[in-house]
Amino acid sequence: MSQTSRTIHLASPDATCRLAERLGATLAAGDVLLLSGPVGAGKSHFARCLIRSLLRTPEDIPSPTFTLVQTYETSAGELWHADLYRLSDGGEIEELGLAEAFDTAIALVEWPDRLPEPPAQALSIAFAPLDDPEARNATLTWTDPRWDPRLEGLDA
Amino acid sequence: MGDTLTLLGLESSCDDTAAAVVRHVPGHAPQILSSIVHGQAELHADFGGVVPEIAARAHAEKIDLCVEQALADAGLTLAQIDAIAVTAGPGLIGGVLSGVMCAKGLSAGSGKPLVGVNHLAGHALTPRLTDMAAFPYLMLLVSGGHCQLLQVNGPEDFTRLGGTIDDAPGEAFDKTARLLGLPQPGGPSVEAEARAGDPKRFRFPRPLLDRPGCDMSFSGLKTALLRTRDQVAADKGGLTRQDRADLCAGFQAAVRDVLVEKTRRALATYMEASPEAPMIAVAGGVAANQSIRAGLEEVAAAAGATFTAPPLRLCTDNAAMIAWAGLERFRAGQTDDMTLVARPRWPLDTARAGMLGGGKKGAKA
Repeated sequence: MSQTSRTIHLASPDATCRLAERLGATLAAGDVLLLSGPVGAGKSHFARCLIRSLLRTPEDIPSPTFTLVQTYETSAGELWHADLYRLSDGGEIEELGLAEAFDTAIALVEWPDRLPEPPAQALSIAFAPLDDPEARNATLTWTDPRWDPRLEGLDA
Repeated sequence: MGDTLTLLGLESSCDDTAAAVVRHVPGHAPQILSSIVHGQAELHADFGGVVPEIAARAHAEKIDLCVEQALADAGLTLAQIDAIAVTAGPGLIGGVLSGVMCAKGLSAGSGKPLVGVNHLAGHALTPRLTDMAAFPYLMLLVSGGHCQLLQVNGPEDFTRLGGTIDDAPGEAFDKTARLLGLPQPGGPSVEAEARAGDPKRFRFPRPLLDRPGCDMSFSGLKTALLRTRDQVAADKGGLTRQDRADLCAGFQAAVRDVLVEKTRRALATYMEASPEAPMIAVAGGVAANQSIRAGLEEVAAAAGATFTAPPLRLCTDNAAMIAWAGLERFRAGQTDDMTLVARPRWPLDTARAGMLGGGKKGAKA
């Protein structure tokens, strides 16, 4: 499978939120989004917007930094929001049940570099800060063809 | 029900595993007969931070030992306990689950009633355990994962006046420490560094300060700190110790200003109801920050309210607060059965859920 990559310019936090919502509307069980980038790059903002857009009723969306995982029942099925920053080895990720969730739920994973083996079906989104403090670049990378139709026209 | 009650409490919702025994004779100050906290901070010091225990199994092994030790320290057997209280959420689900399973096992084996407790209610009711606080009182709960202003009206009656809509201050302190290469947990290390710093050199944003209401936002502060760090480093080719101290001091001042101002507003709302013995209590690890605490004490004094902050060992995660919150529920005739479930999220004020992470601040603050 060949790798495809596309960079989308996000002019503001609102633009990040809109991307999250549009992508969120295409998600189903088995879809994995790997959200990378430095502290403050907008990973959590993206995740919160996406989760909020899929919740049937408003709910708290706490940071998963301390609890590692927060799970939600959404209109698109079960969703896992994980933050792997505090993990140190792959065994812990297994204990977390994340590998299973990759098959049975929608998964949003922050700090995915802790994964010993990123799932092949994943869409990677790398957020990069720019000189304009409001703006970010999001680079989307994937090999699984499932993403091709969904990402068409997303940056338009 | 004016009887003496003795409860065993179990807590395993985050990184610590804990068990405690609390006794209450009506009309008297509650007594903590024992309180065991099996923390992981020391165990994992080599990793530069607290590494979470993932496996429910590992939690389960530790909680058994904590229970044994808590009973032994209290000089009691399970037969002499009136009921078993356990944190049923919110928190790290593997941990919560192991606590609930253990409590169910103890309850089934001993025939003692089971009482599920909200971890946040445990924190929010701690001033009743330590200071016999009278309802209603105002509570600022600020920890690693939480930040809310609550009016506590009864053991199960909480009104959320405001809170963070994104990160909690404790998390902001941890991430500031990460960004500046300081050790975890970030609260104490950033505070220590800030002591040698000039809080006026860098002016960080005070998000939502200009908006009415008691909601707060700390996520943007982290980004501002990152930008300032990079700018200073680019200008000078690196950060000096003084730069780092000044960054910490400026950051801490911004957090303090936001917490103090929002607390002042919440206090004004609370005082409108003319409580007989007005009191504001602060709990959670962030309450240990001396600068923030001093700011809150001033606000309380200006409003004519008593200020209290439970001792740190009862402010951070512990099981005595769970035993106490369970005791209050049990005294009110509330118990749970074997259908008690572990809940990863469990807002105290269900009428106002959806604010945390709701990001409802319009344009970027």
